[in-house]
This record gives sequence, structure tokens and C-alpha cells, in this order.
Amino acid sequence: MNFEFSDEQQLLREQARGFLSEHCPTSAVRAVLDGDHDWDAALWKKVADMGWTATVIPEAYGGLGLSYYELAILAEEMGRSAAPLPFSSSVYLASEAIQRFGTEAQKSEWLPKLAGGECVATVAMTERPGRLALDQLETRREGSSLTGHKVPVADAAIADVVIVLARSDAGLEACLVPTAQAGVSIEPVLTFDTSRGHSAMTFDGTETRVLGDRTLQVEEWLRLLDGAAVLYAWEQLGVAESALTQARDYALQRFAFGRAIGSYQAIKHKLASMYVKNTLARSNAYYGVWALAEGSDELPLAAATARVAAIQASTFAAEENIQTHGGMGFTWEFDCHFYYRRAKLLSLAIGSEAVWQDRLVSALAEQSAAA
Amino acid sequence: MDFNDTPEQARFREEASTWLAENAPTDDAFRALPPLEQAKLWQKRKYDAGWACIGWAPEFGGRGASAIEEVIWRQEESKYELPATFFLIGQGMIAPTLMAWASDEDKARFLPPLASGEEVWCQLFSEPAGGSDLAALRTRAERDGDSWVINGQKIWTSGAHFSDYGVIVVRTDPTVPKHKGLSYFYVDMKAPGVEIKPIKQLTGESDFNEVYFTDVRVADSQRLGEVGQGWQVSLTTLMNERAAIGGGFGQMDAVLAMSVAQELEIDGRPALEDSAVRAKIANWYVQESGLKYTGYRSLTALSRGELPGPENSIGKLVGAPKMQAMASYLMDLLGASGAIADEALAAKAGIIQRAYMGAPGLRIAGGTDEIMANIIAERVLGLPQEPRLDKGIPFNEVPTG
Repeated sequence: MNFEFSDEQQLLREQARGFLSEHCPTSAVRAVLDGDHDWDAALWKKVADMGWTATVIPEAYGGLGLSYYELAILAEEMGRSAAPLPFSSSVYLASEAIQRFGTEAQKSEWLPKLAGGECVATVAMTERPGRLALDQLETRREGSSLTGHKVPVADAAIADVVIVLARSDAGLEACLVPTAQAGVSIEPVLTFDTSRGHSAMTFDGTETRVLGDRTLQVEEWLRLLDGAAVLYAWEQLGVAESALTQARDYALQRFAFGRAIGSYQAIKHKLASMYVKNTLARSNAYYGVWALAEGSDELPLAAATARVAAIQASTFAAEENIQTHGGMGFTWEFDCHFYYRRAKLLSLAIGSEAVWQDRLVSALAEQSAAA
Repeated sequence: MDFNDTPEQARFREEASTWLAENAPTDDAFRALPPLEQAKLWQKRKYDAGWACIGWAPEFGGRGASAIEEVIWRQEESKYELPATFFLIGQGMIAPTLMAWASDEDKARFLPPLASGEEVWCQLFSEPAGGSDLAALRTRAERDGDSWVINGQKIWTSGAHFSDYGVIVVRTDPTVPKHKGLSYFYVDMKAPGVEIKPIKQLTGESDFNEVYFTDVRVADSQRLGEVGQGWQVSLTTLMNERAAIGGGFGQMDAVLAMSVAQELEIDGRPALEDSAVRAKIANWYVQESGLKYTGYRSLTALSRGELPGPENSIGKLVGAPKMQAMASYLMDLLGASGAIADEALAAKAGIIQRAYMGAPGLRIAGGTDEIMANIIAERVLGLPQEPRLDKGIPFNEVPTG
């Protein structure tokens, strides 16, 4: 039994945590949240210089060729610092899509630039409120021309290339759309977490090439989302841990009725519940990254389990962290809202709780039938 | 990460599974014996072959196995349908206390028969006035020459009725603050003045007892630790409690819930297709899976010769309420039929109803949900204790309800 990260991986965690506490303090998150920018471009450059954007991209395409274990560690630290970066869009989703589905030429063109961080990529899936229905997408590809509307798209305004999920007469396709061209309109969309920019994208006869020059089976796209779900789960776990730490620290320092509020059972039990949910989320995230890194058949179940646990832990910790702070937690001045925004934002991307609960039960039914 | 044994662990597993295959009793004659006799027979067979309490030192009847080898042994043994164990409290909680606090003579006298199952032990801690606040206990022992005279009442004592010995914590000095006036003894459960009355639980079963002590005389040599050191000795026993309790959530898992929901209909469709039902099942699975892989993380630490982290403390706090919630919801799905407990008529032979009736006990035994949450908050998160109104006050001056 070896269900733990290696010593080298633990070292990477320490290094990443140290780096982000120095270069991404909460003041950096606040600057993006308060300002007009969609991201912290200078921080992205530093992160790319550290090689983080190259983690799982193969060496043949300018990457480091490391495993998902390393990427999961970085994802957790990204979440812990609530980094205002397009790491999830560019690394867990778009780079993965190009790596899995792209032609040799497409991989050679984009992966080195994504690995080096000089390009940012994102994925455009959502068209309207409600669950994403891959068989009902209205964005259409005909020939080399793409038409449709996607909203919201995370990090679109800073992306050099967008993977647009669309349909053609042949079926489901992932379309590569470089953003520096006529026929792509990108309008900012206000979300509750302005530390991560979001946009509406309109394609009006936009020039595109289909990723891999082929249609995708729905299952193929779902496997991509399974992998992303594991990495999102690690990032959400980081958010959850920060919220718990902040709540614990405040409960120790804030006094009411002559004693630290952390000595009241009402607060203790709230924080113990956070710890329990975070522990379940962490252990399930281990299971998720094991299945992802080892290419296990259990990935659909492991990913859904990790994702549901992380959604529950992160939103609970973020909500109850504010509650623990009382009125000060509701101010703009305190940092509590960073985690509240980010936990919910990450929980809405790539399918929310009910979607993954549903997939979990389907995967569990399949796995128990096979056993 | 991988779930495989090291070569050394694999060799040990092979040795264990070979011995079990050759020695685990499966015959009908064995099954016909009363449960306690089955358990004693099996325990003795293991002991004679060196497979009882394998983590203990050889001189006490063990084989000095590592913590991970103990886990491997339990995994292999659990593949067989073996008699329920009656020795968990004695071997899991009391033996470590004897090892830490008893005289060499007593260790040599009591540990081997505890390992072999020839002598069964119980733990006499809780009292009507002292449960979560254990140190508020009132059973007193008064010195009389070379012996002590015990008077009082213990409660929730598992297995007192089939135990040969028990460990007991009593008040030897009521004039000092509560933790300072306690002492710890072992007692002969057959001694004159010990009276055992079974408690009928809300399930109708009787696993626990009240134990009354009337002028029960114990020798001073039966004391573990100094006079007034009973609390520290008790902590040794309690630290090992988590290892002994817990687990036991049986067949009530998400797969069972799925199977119930598959067999029922909501508006003409399988209940398993209902999104509310699916959300519940998913949440239970998240908890089960989270506990399972938390266990794997702890095993990894053990496997490396390290101590598992505090994450282990969530098991009972998650598992017991989950069992209750799941049983309750599955009965809801069954509708009015959910009330049927008759094994011949009930869905899943009544295990759901039994789980619901048993769950309140699991949420209380070995530390209530509330005490477990306090432990996590204080020992893991480092939050301060609540102020205690009895702190520093002589026990006989503390207000009582």
C-alpha cells in the first residue's frame, strides 16, 4: 500500500506553496478583483517560468512530461491562494483537449506555446442556462466556418485560442478558434468573481479547424471532463483548506463574552464539520488523481466522487468561514469573500453538483454490475 | 501511488492466508456451538499457532508483528465468516493499559490468557453521573489495610456478564479536584458484592449491563498506577478505544441503497432514476469512499512505520450518522412498508430497519458525535476548551444536577 505522494512530489508542494505565498498574496487577488483586468498577467509569466503550465505536456511538445500527481499538487496550491489565473481553463481543459484530440500539426502548433505560457487557451461549452446537453448544442460548424454564441466563457478575453464545442452534420466537434481574427466577438460578462474574467463569445462565420479533423464521441468528451474534474477537485480542496484555516485563525483571535469564540461548541462543531468535509474531499481527491494518473477504468467513478466531495467541502467551508467571522466576514475589506466567490465559481464550471452526483451513481451502477 | 503490498508484506499475506485456509473453522459442528464458545475455540486455535494478538510481544502471546502486518492479518481473516469477537475491549483497550501500567508479574499472569481468549475482560468506566464527563464518576474505593472496598454503580458495561475480569476507575479522594482523586484497579468479576444486571436496549437486545459494587474488596496489588493517578491510566485505555470501536457499519452502503432504489418505483419509473434519490446515494458514496481512502492514507503511514495523522478521527463521526440517515431515507422510499421489520417480509431481510434502530447507539458509544467534534476541534484544529465550572474545585464541592 502506497497511497501517498512521493517525497519529490511533497517537495514540489512546499516549493509551490512558498512561491505562491510570496507572489500571490491575497493582495494580488484583491488587485484583480478591484481592478479592470481579467487576470494577473505578471503572475502568469512567473508561473509559466516555473514550468507549471508545462507540467503534463509531453517533452516532445515542449512540456515537462510529468504526471497528474504533480499537476494535482499545483492545482491545490492554486486554489489555496485563490490565484487570479486561467490555470483551470488553459491547463486542465484546453491543453488537455489539444493533447488528447489534436492532429500532430495542431499539437505541434499549440502545445509548445501553451507549455511555455506565452499562449493562453480556454474552452467554450455553455450556451444557455441549465445543464450542458452535448447533443443540443446550437453552435454549428460548416466547412471551415463556425457560427454560434457561447456565454459565459472563462478567460476568453485573455485567450489566444479557444476550443469551441460545436456540432456539424457529422456530430460533436471541438473546434479550434484562434481569437486574433475577424469574426470573433468577445464581450465582457460580469460574474460574481471578477478575479477571473468571463466573456460572451459570438462566432459569425469564424474561421476554424476541427480538433483532430474528426467528430468526437460524447464519451470522449466526458472522459476529458472526468480528468478536468479531478484537477478542479484539487483546486477546490485548496480553496476549502484556506477557508478553514482563515476561520480557525479568526476563532482563536476573536473574543466575545470574555473568551475566544473558538472555545464555544457552536463554533467548534462548525469548524469540525469543515475539517470532516475537507478530509473526505482530500481522500477522494487522492482516489481521483490515482485513477487519472494510472489510467484506471475507475476514473468515471473516482472523478465524480472527487468532484462532488470537493464541491461540498469548498462551498461549505467558504460559507461557514464568513459566518464564523460575523459582520466582518461580510465586508469587502476582509478576504473571506475571495474563497466564497472562488469556491462557487469552480463548483459551477464543468457541470455543477447535481450533474456529478448523477454521473457518480451511473458510474457506481456500472462498476458494481461489472464486479 | 499504488495499492500493492511490498514483497515483504506480500510474503506475510501469503503466510497468513495459507494458515487461514487450512485452519479457519467452517464445519457445521462448530457452527452449532453457542457464539461465545465458537469465539473461544477459534481464539485458542489462533493462539496455539501464533496468530492471536500478533502485534504483542512473544512473551505475552503475540509474535511482535508490525502495525501493517496486523492490518494485513485482519484483512485476510475478514475474508472468512468467523464468530463474532468477544475480546475486542480486552485485547484492544485493556491489554495496552496492562502493558503500560501493570507489574511484570501481572503482565505474565494476565496477558497470555487474554490473548488466547481463555479469560475475557470488560471495562468499568461510565456511570449514571459520568458519561461524556467521565471524570465526574462517583463510585468510591476506601482503603482498608492492604485492600480497598468499592461501592457504587457502573453502566454501559459491554460483556460484563461473560467477563472474568474488569478494569475499573474509582474515586479514592473526593476532597481534591475531580481528575486528581481517581485511581484505577482490576477486579475479579466473580468477586462477592459484584452484581450484574443486563440493560435492555431500545433494539430489544442486551449488549450492555449495569454493574453494582457493594463492599467489593480488592487487593492494593490490583491497583494500576499510583493512588490518584487513575485519570492518566484511564487515558491509556481510552486512547485505544477508537481502534476497538468503529467499523461496524455493515452492509448499509451506497450499493445496497442503489439496489433498493432499483427495485422500487416512483411514478412508474425506477426510483434509481429519480434525481433526488441519486443525489442522496451519491452523497453517501462520497462519505464511504472518503473514509475508505482516508483509511488507505493511514495504512500508507503505518506501512512506512509512521503514525497515521489525525484524519483517522472522522470515522465514527461520519459513519454512524450516515448509517442512520441512509436507513431513514431508504425506509421513506419503501413507504408504509418501510415499517416492516419481519425478516421474512421486509426488503433486504430487515437490515435497514435494524440499522435504523441500532444507529442511535453507534452515535453515542465510544464518544458521542458532539464529543468527537470537540476532540477534532481541540486536538486537530487547536481550539481552546470551553471554560469548566468545576475546574480546580474539590469534587465534593462541585454542584451536581
